[in-house]
Amino acid sequence: MSSVASVHSLWTVAAGAPDRIPAPRIEYAQLSPTLIVLGAAVVGIVIEAFLPRRSRYYAQLLLSVVSLAAAFAAVIGLAAGGFGSSKAHLAAMGAIAVDGPALFLQGTILLVSLIAVFTFAERRLDPAAHGNRVDSFAAQPAAVPGGTAEQAAVKAGFTTTEVFPILLFAVGGMLIFPAANDLLTLFIALEVFSLPLYILCALARRQRLLSQESAVKYFLLGAFSSAFLLFGVALLYGYAGTVTYAGIAEVVSDGAKQIDPALAGTMGNDALLLIGGALLLMGLLFKVGAVPFHMWTPDVYQGAPTPVTGFMAAATKVAAFGALLRLLYVVLPGMRWDWRPVMWGVAIITMLGGAIIAITQTDIKRLLAYSSIAHAGFILAGVIAASRDGISSVLFYLAAYSFVTLGAFAVVTLVRDAGGEATHLSKWAGLGRRSPLVAAVFAVFLLAFAGIPLTSGFAGKFAVFKAAAESGAGWLVVVGVISSAIAAFFYIRVIVLMFFSEPKTDGPTVAVPSALTSTAIAVGVAATLVLGLAPQYFLDLAGQAGVFIR
Amino acid sequence: MADLSFPLLTATAAVPAVGAIATAAVPAAKRTAAKWLALLCSLATLGLALVIAFRFRPGAKEPFQLTESHAWIRDFGVRYDLGVDGIAVALIALTALLIPFVILAGWHDADPLEGATPNHRWRPTQGFFALILAVEAMVVISFEATDVFLFYIFFEAMLIPMYFLIGGFGDRAGPHGEEQAATQRSYAAVKFLLYNLVGGLIMLAAVIGLYAVTAHQLGAGTFSLQQIVEARASGQLTLGTGTERLLFLGFFFAFAVKAPLWPLHTWLPNAMGEATSPVAVLITAVVDKVGTFAMLRFCLQLFPAASSWATPVILVLALISIVYGALLAVGQRDIKRLIAYASISHFGFIILGIFAMTSQGQGGATLYMVNHGISTAALMLVAGFLISRRGSRLIADYGGVQKVAPVLAGTFLVGGLATLSLPGLAPFISEFLVLVGTFSRYPAIGVIATFGIVLAALYVLVLYQRTMTGPVKAEVGGMHDLKVRELVVVAPLIALLLFLGVYPKPLTDIVNPAVGHTLSVVDKKDPKPTVQVNAVPGHGRPGQAVRDQDVEAAK
Repeated sequence: MSSVASVHSLWTVAAGAPDRIPAPRIEYAQLSPTLIVLGAAVVGIVIEAFLPRRSRYYAQLLLSVVSLAAAFAAVIGLAAGGFGSSKAHLAAMGAIAVDGPALFLQGTILLVSLIAVFTFAERRLDPAAHGNRVDSFAAQPAAVPGGTAEQAAVKAGFTTTEVFPILLFAVGGMLIFPAANDLLTLFIALEVFSLPLYILCALARRQRLLSQESAVKYFLLGAFSSAFLLFGVALLYGYAGTVTYAGIAEVVSDGAKQIDPALAGTMGNDALLLIGGALLLMGLLFKVGAVPFHMWTPDVYQGAPTPVTGFMAAATKVAAFGALLRLLYVVLPGMRWDWRPVMWGVAIITMLGGAIIAITQTDIKRLLAYSSIAHAGFILAGVIAASRDGISSVLFYLAAYSFVTLGAFAVVTLVRDAGGEATHLSKWAGLGRRSPLVAAVFAVFLLAFAGIPLTSGFAGKFAVFKAAAESGAGWLVVVGVISSAIAAFFYIRVIVLMFFSEPKTDGPTVAVPSALTSTAIAVGVAATLVLGLAPQYFLDLAGQAGVFIR
Repeated sequence: MADLSFPLLTATAAVPAVGAIATAAVPAAKRTAAKWLALLCSLATLGLALVIAFRFRPGAKEPFQLTESHAWIRDFGVRYDLGVDGIAVALIALTALLIPFVILAGWHDADPLEGATPNHRWRPTQGFFALILAVEAMVVISFEATDVFLFYIFFEAMLIPMYFLIGGFGDRAGPHGEEQAATQRSYAAVKFLLYNLVGGLIMLAAVIGLYAVTAHQLGAGTFSLQQIVEARASGQLTLGTGTERLLFLGFFFAFAVKAPLWPLHTWLPNAMGEATSPVAVLITAVVDKVGTFAMLRFCLQLFPAASSWATPVILVLALISIVYGALLAVGQRDIKRLIAYASISHFGFIILGIFAMTSQGQGGATLYMVNHGISTAALMLVAGFLISRRGSRLIADYGGVQKVAPVLAGTFLVGGLATLSLPGLAPFISEFLVLVGTFSRYPAIGVIATFGIVLAALYVLVLYQRTMTGPVKAEVGGMHDLKVRELVVVAPLIALLLFLGVYPKPLTDIVNPAVGHTLSVVDKKDPKPTVQVNAVPGHGRPGQAVRDQDVEAAK
């Protein structure tokens, strides 16, 4: 009886709707960072189609750099205009939040991407073929690995430039992800940045099978996590009758007021909330790379072209943590007592798991992958604080960590032997003797990862642990400190290897990079030291940005 | 307070820091210039340290003098706060004094091996001296810091240059060739780093806890030692018993690893054994002092109640350190490891003095830090000269050296006698004060600790006997005596040992008021003597009664 009535009301609601659909109002200026990047990506596709091959590289590089810089300027402009604090509000009919955390994270993502573009564009590391300088990306991505078409393409020194627009699309998605203010926008942003990343992972010039394998793994597991996320969205819609963050938060804290007749049987059902919330968290924790959803990380980090790995490790983490923060702080604050114990558990096994498994790694990229897992655990400790300090400490940590990561992976691209990058740790023995400068720079990054004072890693770690301790998570801090000690062991091991081991005679050489990679590394070092020695300005920025608009 | 527009304390740390960068930047071919530059910087630091000592007025009211205070990281409640009390002045002077000798003694330690292919990018010599100066800068600033966080940062950061000094430079005296020596060095360096890093990270948890407590109760988190001490005295800040004990343990653990206290000592013999002797001096005479110094400055003043609570256990651990270190020193076959175990024994005395909570004990412990620094430096550096001549660290490889190289043997003997606290040499007074201070409160512990002295006589004299006396061994026959550079290193140290042994007043004058202040924070008074004071020396060695009067007179 009641179901008939609800079906009937569904019909009438649907029939009566047209005159009540409001005309969409889009604040283009406030969405300009995203629009600039996505627009540039489309232009990049057009360039691929119409410009002659030899001028594409410079056009794409210029377009990417200019558009990312312009988008960053737009973010700065918005922040200066007060959109980060007093004028923070919901744009695009409530789909996108323009507030402090969103702008801070977008700014970080844009800077990181700008530097990543430099490493993408590097063409001096691989030996030139037929006078053509080549980059880290496949000569002809469509060719079957090992096939004659590919061999011919490699011999001819083909290069392609699609990576730039693909990168821009990914960046566009990442910009929306932490700003998304309803679950559907969240899901779409997730797909917009994930799909380009799957492709980028498959594009390595060397070891193409490994690269394609990593892409397939990433894609399959990513599809699973997207499905979880989408399922969670559906259940939460069933629970709250809406997909907007504010609407769900209201139902969570005050209970359902106006029961939608079509959802009469499900609205306000806590089982849906708990299961839906858990599925949603799973989807986000997958992107963050938290244990037990981390399985893809080492394989993908190892197989992907190193510039892509660096970009992914830095920017994806920023975007995903931004979305996670917004979800937990805006949608589910009323469920704090439900999600905090779970996140405690996740944070602890992530910190310890990442640190312990990293000890046994023999490949530098896998080692950095597990280290990124451990760092995800440290950031989760800040997330759990559930306070304004928690938000700003996570923002600061993300900014500090992403520059260190990008710099570290940029150094990895330099150490090469005949087979391309020499990522096996044994080949790094004695690097400090042969190229003290490169080894010293890498040591700085490792010390920052390990959280040694006077580096950005220490300031970030201190900020998140402080926030956690103040919110009563003292024992989490103790676990964090213990896993820092474990993590320090393997960072130090690499330093030992570089400086205290005799160089091997057939060891790798350190390629001399062009100004592009040098700039990326220099920026990484500078950010590491500045954020370590004088973090106050950036802590202030993160502190001011620490309020979510609801 | 002499208010200076010139930031003296910052300058004292900045000179070696800048010197480190400048030394590292010297081109590969100009090795000798790098050495002289490093030596000049260390001498300039010594000059500044002396200026500090003269500007410092011992009897002044305020606990810290020559203070500097600047905002640094507001979000963390961290300020760049510097200031010195008498204890810090003494230890800064010790550090600044020893570094020039360390540099001089290590003049050739980092030269490239003969026949090595020249490599213009690899500059070990410049690196060696730059790292020594970097350690000096960090040690000095941690003695000066009155902000817990500032202290912590440099306490941790100094591990990195130390680590490279231990792992990167050996004395080329391993019994099994360079390759195995390198493996052992790198093992020792990693062990050193991991022990200290774990200690430091546990302290980090306590530092964060301290911030959380102050932020919660004072409104804004602070790390200022003075502010916290005052807030505790005025009752604004009250720590729960459990909280205070946990925080104390977090701090103490880090300092006990650094000091090192049994059973956290095992990194020291490895590190001192494998490092070159100047670096070993740097470890034991300079860097480790930060640990004992921090116990006095931070553990006792921040957590007085918890310090009293933990005293019995710490005293027992210190006692074990004294006896265990001495026993193992007796059994060592390696000269440098022997000195390392002797140091563990001596650090036991220092910690015993600190936690005896009497003015003699703590005053003696502070003197002990200085005197142990000088005496170990003398002994270790001479041992280093000896080892570099024969190319072996094993005691059994020596014999009859005093016939071939009498000056070397003589200086070695003086260093050794200082280590066993012979009356007339500086360490005696401090050891005596520590024992008196301990005895007046804990007679049983004082009596047992005295056995450490007997064992010290054993390991030093047996070492001397086996290496220096007896028939001249074949390999020792051609050994030449100390060179001018080596004499320049050893002679002033020995002169200082004698001077402070006879006339310790300049040092006690500076140290005692600071000790009094520390004790007043801990709220301890010296116990009234239940036994006649002049009966105490009977528990020491014969002959101590005379020295006792001297000490009293000196005071």
